[in-house]
Amino acid sequence: MSIETTLQDSKLQLAIYTATGRLMDHRANAISPELLPRYQEMRQHAHDLKKHTIENLDHYMEEFEKNVIAHGGKVVFCKDATEVSDFILRLAKERGAHLFVKSKSMTSEEIDLNERMEHHGLEPVETDLGEYIIQLAHQKPYHIVAPALHMTRYQVADLFTEKLGVPREEVIEEQTMIARRVLREKFLAADIGITGANFLVADSGAVVVVENEGNARLTSSAPKIHIAVAGMEKLIPRAQDLAVMLGLLGRSATGQALTSYTSILSGPKRPGEVDGPEEFYVVLLDAGRTKLLEDPEKRESLYCIRCGACLNHCPVYRKIGGHNYPWVYSGPIGKILAPQFKGLMADPWLPFASSLCGVCAEVCPVKIDIPKVLLQLRSEITEEKQRTNQDGLERFAFKAFAWAMRRPWIYEWGGMMGAGLLGNGPRWISELPLSPGPVKAWLSQRHLPAPAVRSFREQWRARRTK
Amino acid sequence: MSREFILGRVRSALGRKTGQVVPPPPPVWLLDTDWTLEEKLASFKEKLERLAGVVHMADSPENAREIVASLISGKTAVVSNATLLAELGITRLPGVTAAGQDSEQSRKLCAECSFGITGAAFALAQTGTLVMRANSQEARLVSLLPPLHVAVVRKEQLIVDLDELLTKIPKPVEDSSSMVLITGPSRTGDIEQILVRGVHGPGVVHVVFL
Repeated sequence: MSIETTLQDSKLQLAIYTATGRLMDHRANAISPELLPRYQEMRQHAHDLKKHTIENLDHYMEEFEKNVIAHGGKVVFCKDATEVSDFILRLAKERGAHLFVKSKSMTSEEIDLNERMEHHGLEPVETDLGEYIIQLAHQKPYHIVAPALHMTRYQVADLFTEKLGVPREEVIEEQTMIARRVLREKFLAADIGITGANFLVADSGAVVVVENEGNARLTSSAPKIHIAVAGMEKLIPRAQDLAVMLGLLGRSATGQALTSYTSILSGPKRPGEVDGPEEFYVVLLDAGRTKLLEDPEKRESLYCIRCGACLNHCPVYRKIGGHNYPWVYSGPIGKILAPQFKGLMADPWLPFASSLCGVCAEVCPVKIDIPKVLLQLRSEITEEKQRTNQDGLERFAFKAFAWAMRRPWIYEWGGMMGAGLLGNGPRWISELPLSPGPVKAWLSQRHLPAPAVRSFREQWRARRTK
Repeated sequence: MSREFILGRVRSALGRKTGQVVPPPPPVWLLDTDWTLEEKLASFKEKLERLAGVVHMADSPENAREIVASLISGKTAVVSNATLLAELGITRLPGVTAAGQDSEQSRKLCAECSFGITGAAFALAQTGTLVMRANSQEARLVSLLPPLHVAVVRKEQLIVDLDELLTKIPKPVEDSSSMVLITGPSRTGDIEQILVRGVHGPGVVHVVFL
């Protein structure tokens, strides 16, 4: 789906607008001064916490690992996607595992984990309702917190009939119960559960998972093995920091002071516990994060806690939706993450597709200055284009401009020609067969002001000679 | 192994040396809110009911048992090993089976029964939250697999909020593999943002205060 088809699809436009609008309202209500007078202080505190953690990340990674081991678990450091899938494949082989249940994890989307596992004959099943729908439809998430935001109940009805062989069902409650039944069997039969992590707590060796459905609890508790896949930037120093971080995450994402379920997990089940996994692994993923750390200015991109508030508020996201961004992270945060993870020149237009209105920075719960990072990326892209001579046309235009500006007679002559053309009226221009589409549409609604009878330079000369 | 490689890259990116001392992190920020029991009860009730949960007040142990019995009425229930539930005689109610200490047995019961009955480590007044810790008394799946969850909680276990919880328990997973905060029923809005309860976890949550 292209930007154009997204803009022309009025149902989709309405869906994006309503969904993001509702999330905006929920957030605004939850952080209102009456309900949360200390909101701005919390943001600053969260920013300071993330800044401190990221700037001393090696220390917190080691502390985290030490505590996971103390609780009987294991931390697996992976430098890229291949190392993650290698680890999972090896473990699956050793344990004779085939069926995996997964709870929503943007990090696993980032490294195409499902595709990699399927390629090797394993069966990963997404269990968050939205992610499950997306997986059945072979799509990417449309939104960080609402992956199937773009799909209607009718599309879900078609999908379930086609993929699950169930009678067509258009009632959302019933569709949800179909998913519950199908996925409940998977939960009880699965060999391994894979979750993401919203936070990793260094002083506790804990993985914290936030959700509303209960699928992450099932994923981490029903199978014999639990693997959490997380980017290493998810660390925070202490469990006590969760009070501020959870309070900001839920409110910014969906307006909830606490989501339905918050799981704080560390290690396999301890002696005496009735149930829980027998093995516990945390995959600490680099996959480009150390490269981001190198830049002291832009490393704040790693403070992100994936609440999705910047998407909901972004005037660009709200028009073009999630699938027109080149990577799994969409919206403003995607615009600064994609170039830094995938390479500056992979999609050089991306950081420019912004009006720099700044609402993303205003709503960010950890105060990432997204517009500032966008500007830095723009300047790096421009430098790169100059360095590699990819800016031919632009450079020619500016050279020609500079040449003309240094020669007053050229400038004056150009001005006279322009005034002469415009003097005949804008209608004439808009009817030119050459006027390109958008300009034509714009001119058909507006009149250019008529040029002055005498140019500024003419008037200046007349004054001087008086 | 990529461990050393990654840690090395992180250090060189940050300009840090192995084992270099870390400046103190920003101080812990936990509020100390003082509420009376009445305030806490009222807030818990209001918050949980807003999420379609149900709060019951029992005036005696017998009353608590009666409330639970009337909720189950004829359906099957799995009850956790919490001492409180045994003391109240809930384990002896008709249709009720104890989860026991065997993982497979407990899981099978949880998958079959209509009700899961548990205690709770704490209840958070400000959000209507139940705090569950995994141990020999509480299995993880009792509050998760059955479509209905009933928690019986002593009023003394009611605290104000997450700040107070983390002040009391600074290391939540030090002596248990899992602490779960349950705030209302399982819910989703993933199809057209229409709220549906009970998608994977219990769709109904009852809390009986004693």
